[in-house]
Parts: sequence; C-alpha cells; structure tokens
Amino acid sequence: MAAKTLIIDGKEVSAEEGATVLQVARDNGVKLPTLCHLEGVYDVGACRLCLVEIAGTTKLLPACTTKISEGMRITTDSDRLRKYRRMTIELLFAERNHVCAVCVSNGHCELQTLAYSLGMDHVRYDYIFPKWNVDLTHRMFGMDHNRCILCTRCVRVCWHIEGAGTKNVAGRGATSKIISDLNQPWGDSESCTECGKCVMACPTGALFNKGTTTGEMEHDRDKLEFIVNAREKQQWLP
Amino acid sequence: MKLRVATVWLGGCSGCHMSFLDMDEYLIELAGLIDLVYSPVIDVKEFPDQVDVCLIEGAVCNEDNLEILRKIRERTRVLVSFGDCAVTGNVPAMRNPFGDDNRTDVLQRAYIDNTQDNPGVPKADGIVPQLLERVVPVHEAVYVEYFLPGCPPPAARIQEILGQIVTGQTPKLTGPQLKFG
Repeated sequence: MAAKTLIIDGKEVSAEEGATVLQVARDNGVKLPTLCHLEGVYDVGACRLCLVEIAGTTKLLPACTTKISEGMRITTDSDRLRKYRRMTIELLFAERNHVCAVCVSNGHCELQTLAYSLGMDHVRYDYIFPKWNVDLTHRMFGMDHNRCILCTRCVRVCWHIEGAGTKNVAGRGATSKIISDLNQPWGDSESCTECGKCVMACPTGALFNKGTTTGEMEHDRDKLEFIVNAREKQQWLP
Repeated sequence: MKLRVATVWLGGCSGCHMSFLDMDEYLIELAGLIDLVYSPVIDVKEFPDQVDVCLIEGAVCNEDNLEILRKIRERTRVLVSFGDCAVTGNVPAMRNPFGDDNRTDVLQRAYIDNTQDNPGVPKADGIVPQLLERVVPVHEAVYVEYFLPGCPPPAARIQEILGQIVTGQTPKLTGPQLKFG
C-alpha cells in the first residue's frame, strides 16, 4: 500500500494509505481522548471526544473516522479543542444520571477518568435527570440505562465479534436506548449467547455483571483484546 | 489578618465534614492560620457577616438549604462547593428523575409505605422545612467560585485546596484530584 506523509502537531510522519488519523496519532505517541473507540471493531465517531483540527477546513473532525491524506496538517491539542472536549464530556454527564459515588464502575470508569483528565471540576449545564430503568432480567448481566453514554461499543462487539446481533439502538437523539432483540427484556432474548462481550466493552457502569456492587465492576477488557488479537493476527497470546 | 472561614452542611450525609476532620494534625496548623467562624463542628447559631471563604457540603434539597445558602452568598467572598452532593447533586438528587411531583411520592414511600409503626409524613410548619421540587447542585442556586469534588473528597484533597487558599493562591485542582465518586 502507498505511504502518505502528513504533519501531526508540527511533526512530520508517514503512514499507510487508508489509516485513520487516530491510528496515526497513537502510532506516533500522540494521545487523544476517546470513549466510543474500541480496538477490534469499526469506528462510528459517536462520542466526539477525538475531534481534531485539520488545516483547510473550519470543521472539527473525529480522528477515529477520518482517513489520512497526503500533506494533511493535523492539530490534536488547542484551546478550541480543549473547550469542545470539556463541553462534550459535561453534556454526557448532564444527559443521564451518572452518580459516580454509588456506581458499580466507580474507580474503573472511562467516563470518570476522562472527566478529570479533561479538567472537569463541575458540569456547567443543568442536569436533565431523565427517568431510565435498570434491566436486571438477564441471568448473568445487568443494564443500567442511567449510566449509558450511547457509545454503541456493546452493539458493535455483539454484532461483529460475537455475531449474535442481540444489542441494538432504538429511538432518536438523547432518548435513544440500547435494546435487546426487539426491545424486549434482556432475559427474554433468544439471540443472546451470554458471552459477556458487551459487558467487557462497556466504558461505564451501564453494563455489569450481576452481583457486583459499588466500585467492584472491572470490565474485563483483556479478554476482549485476546479474542480480537486471535481473530485478526491468529495469535493466541496468553 | 486571619482568613474568616466557614463550613456548612446542607443536604448531605456529613461525610465531607468527617473527611475534613480526617486531616488530623493539619487541623492544628490550620487552626493557627484561620478563624473558623461558622461550622457544624462549632457552636455558632447565626451565619456571620464578612466571611472570606465558605465550604458548602450537600445539595440544595429543601427551603432551609436555599434560604441559608442565599444568606451565605450575600455574606461571603468566596464559595467552594465541597463534595459531590454540592457539586453534582449526587445521591440526594436521585429523587429528581421521579418527576416534578416527586416530593409527595418520596415522602409517601419513606414515611408511609415502608413503615410499620405510626406511619405519617412529619409536618410542623416553621420546624420541618419543605422539600424543594427538585434537588439542585449549589451552583444552580447561587454563584460558586471553586469546586472540590469527591464522595467524600479525601482529606489530602481538602488540605490541598485549603493550603492554596490560606497561602493566597488561586485554588486549582488537576487530574485525579478532580475525581468524582
């Protein structure tokens, strides 16, 4: 494949054609915040945290779904980007009921970690406090819609790693909801294989193993990486 | 001139104040640097005038909370939201998703549905404050200068921000010092 040369934060780098800005940034040690990105599944640009500036356009573009091109000049950190990332993370907190103190993922949550990394000391927007339920009908897992950020990682691992197609998105905008099968209680799902990949993939406390309490839920991301590695590189690494 | 410092406990569990006491021997040093003019840990009934800094624990849940908070704002130079309830609403705000009429439902559930003996919502005008329709974080009710998150904020974090304040620096927490929960 042809190599492309581009500039990222003032540094000249080269990468293979077809690579995304996010891949090139990470390959070159440039840190970018992400929430919906997950190694092993395709990117959807849902969370808007990896937005970057690209010379020639005033629009901010998500690094995870933007392909590189020859001579591209990318800025990954600026006052403007920090402002929008902070705004985005605050809106995620305002949109649902993220009560870190009593969350199963307290201390192991990507949303919580990103919030303090981006300097969020409070949320400037009025909280919506929407009414959402918790689905505890499944034998092994639970889904707390209060903690969901609609990143769709669970949907993508369910369809494209497990191939079960149980998880889906219903609704529009902020009232969208992760559903099982045809918006049925998860426990009634006939397609769910109980593999738990959705739980491993979840960045917050929205999906959890039943029986875990505050701060106990650590998503088993290593297991997911093992499967992806085995599939893509045929390496069965312990 | 020593800084005139106050702390107040609104709709919270007092855990933030417990964490304040966890600063252990720093409290002795702190006592030499500030005048504590109002706090749940000292016996002063009326919030005084000309306070420099007030740490506010708890969310704004009832009419009493709102009234004292407005008084504090008028009489204080710098407000610090102290802990997750003050900063986000946290656990007390978990009644908000039940809608604008949640006051009645919440009291019904707590004092009538789940009690065996003497069910009844406590009501004594002028003594038991009425719940607000919606629990709000402190900065939704009055302007707040600085934020100290955590449930509770660890003692070291409180010491950090107080240390900055008493030495005349602009309070600033970064990274994991800003962790909620």
